[in-house]
Amino acid sequence: MNQRQLAKIAKRVGFWALIAVIMVYAVFPFYYAVITSIKPSSDLFMVELWPSNWNLDNYAQIFSQSSFVRAIFNSIIVAVSVVFIALLLGITASYALGRVRFRGRSTIMLVILGVSMFPQVAVLSGLFEVIRALNLYNNPAGLILSYTIFTLPFTVWVLTTFMKELPMELEEAAIMDGATPWVTITKVFLPLMWPAMATTGLLAFIAAWNEFLFALTFTLTDTQRTVPVAIALLSGGSAYELPWGPIMAASVVVTVPLVVLVIIFQRRIVSGLTAGAVKG
Amino acid sequence: MSTSLKDSAPQGARLPIRQGRSTKVRRQRVKAAWLFLAPMLIALTLVAGWPLFRTFFLSLTDASLSDLDAANIIGFENYLVYENGLWFGVLADHVWWQSVWNTVYFSIVSVSLEVIFGVIVALILNAEFKGRTIVRAAVLIPWAIPTIVSAQMWAWMLNDQFGIINHLLMMAGIIENPIAWTASATYSMWAVIMVDVWKTIPFVALLVLAALQMLPKDCYEAAEVDGIHPVRVFFKVTLPLITPALMVAVIFRLLDALRVFDVIYVLTSNSTSTMSMSVYARQQLVEFQDVGYGSAASTLLFLIIALATIAYLYVGRNKIQLGGD
Repeated sequence: MNQRQLAKIAKRVGFWALIAVIMVYAVFPFYYAVITSIKPSSDLFMVELWPSNWNLDNYAQIFSQSSFVRAIFNSIIVAVSVVFIALLLGITASYALGRVRFRGRSTIMLVILGVSMFPQVAVLSGLFEVIRALNLYNNPAGLILSYTIFTLPFTVWVLTTFMKELPMELEEAAIMDGATPWVTITKVFLPLMWPAMATTGLLAFIAAWNEFLFALTFTLTDTQRTVPVAIALLSGGSAYELPWGPIMAASVVVTVPLVVLVIIFQRRIVSGLTAGAVKG
Repeated sequence: MSTSLKDSAPQGARLPIRQGRSTKVRRQRVKAAWLFLAPMLIALTLVAGWPLFRTFFLSLTDASLSDLDAANIIGFENYLVYENGLWFGVLADHVWWQSVWNTVYFSIVSVSLEVIFGVIVALILNAEFKGRTIVRAAVLIPWAIPTIVSAQMWAWMLNDQFGIINHLLMMAGIIENPIAWTASATYSMWAVIMVDVWKTIPFVALLVLAALQMLPKDCYEAAEVDGIHPVRVFFKVTLPLITPALMVAVIFRLLDALRVFDVIYVLTSNSTSTMSMSVYARQQLVEFQDVGYGSAASTLLFLIIALATIAYLYVGRNKIQLGGD
């Protein structure tokens, strides 16, 4: 074997080693959470890479807590409603912004971009007031309302970029046939926008599912919380006896749906993220 | 789908229905456009515009959480006031300045690390190899995990007595005694940065990867023919070409990092050695029930981020088109 071949082999080994490092780094924390969650509580404090004993006690424990089950239910309701509202308002707004030329369009785009960069805490006290005035404090509906602040700008922004790329002949034909803008949206654009809507809907779902600050501040009782808050507050009790087993089990439960979604819709998520950011 | 930056320039020209065509149709369309925009504009006013205005207003009052209506206007006293020979207010609170420093330090360090590692990961994912889809999916996992959950996962791995990280470091002989990662003033900021970097490398990597995939192949072929070292090619060809995309990733991440809350709150609670501006403002608002004072801190955070954004848009206005005409 000459030196050149050796160098080539070394390069390939190095490349695959780097890939292995990246894989381990990305996946290990999740893997470790899974193992911790299936360990019997007696083994919890033994550090090991492969559990010697396992059972599902921790899962049984969290699912026997009605507040945790309720939190999952709340999270699903909130995230699904947020996606629905964001898409409904987003598709109409993006039609106006992407297909019609009118004065003030750039200003509105700028405002939308500005809102999406808002620090959430800057509206915390004002939004608290609004939510209380609407009688939505300690109610998942209040979260649905407040989450539009970060899902809507993003949805509008991405859908507008997609909307702009559709060929104009389609719309001209619709106008020739005397279609109103509403008919044009629902009959002509909607069928073509499904991929874009799936992408933005997915991203909005993930954002709503993961949100913490508003959920922590605008809810008070166990039955109204969403999962992230429920998990953060599982840590109650004394600082020295955190229930790590149940915390990890709960973490796995809320993460698995997301990981599955990400693996299935990898391509869509990537195109949505890059459309939102690179075009921004 | 085209995602290049230079692509977005002629967008105005691609808008359908040129001027000068049937003005009746045009007028109808503009009317419809405003009608379609109305629900979104109302929603954004309700959840963003009005609350922002109220936050600013409340920052000028002595409102408390238990009784918001009984607020009196006290001017700028929440920001700064001189009383009995001492300065009071957010701007005179050393905890606030500590949290400003923490936030800036956190933002700069974590975003720099994310950019460096994000570019490395993107370069690897850009290479052709078997199983690339699997690696790409795996890299996305940290991004999808809720921040709360990733903070808890790392808190467990960083646990001072039973955590695997201390265990491994001690086995490798790097440290002798376990480190109290999340409790010690020296290490807790690094613990927070570690978690944030882990979670957001995927985002940066994906943006950079999208830019890498649009690079012209011919300059690489030319470089290869000339026998130029790959590292030199990276710094002379690749890096300048992906800089626009990198700048977008940096600004998005920076604005995100400046408002950091979840990861710090869960990992280290209200400890002053890691407290960010958002954590400070929320603590005043909710835990101390001092809505006026907390709103003043929120307003300052908003101003800082707004200034950063305006500065960026001003500097980068030639690079980024706002999708307008």
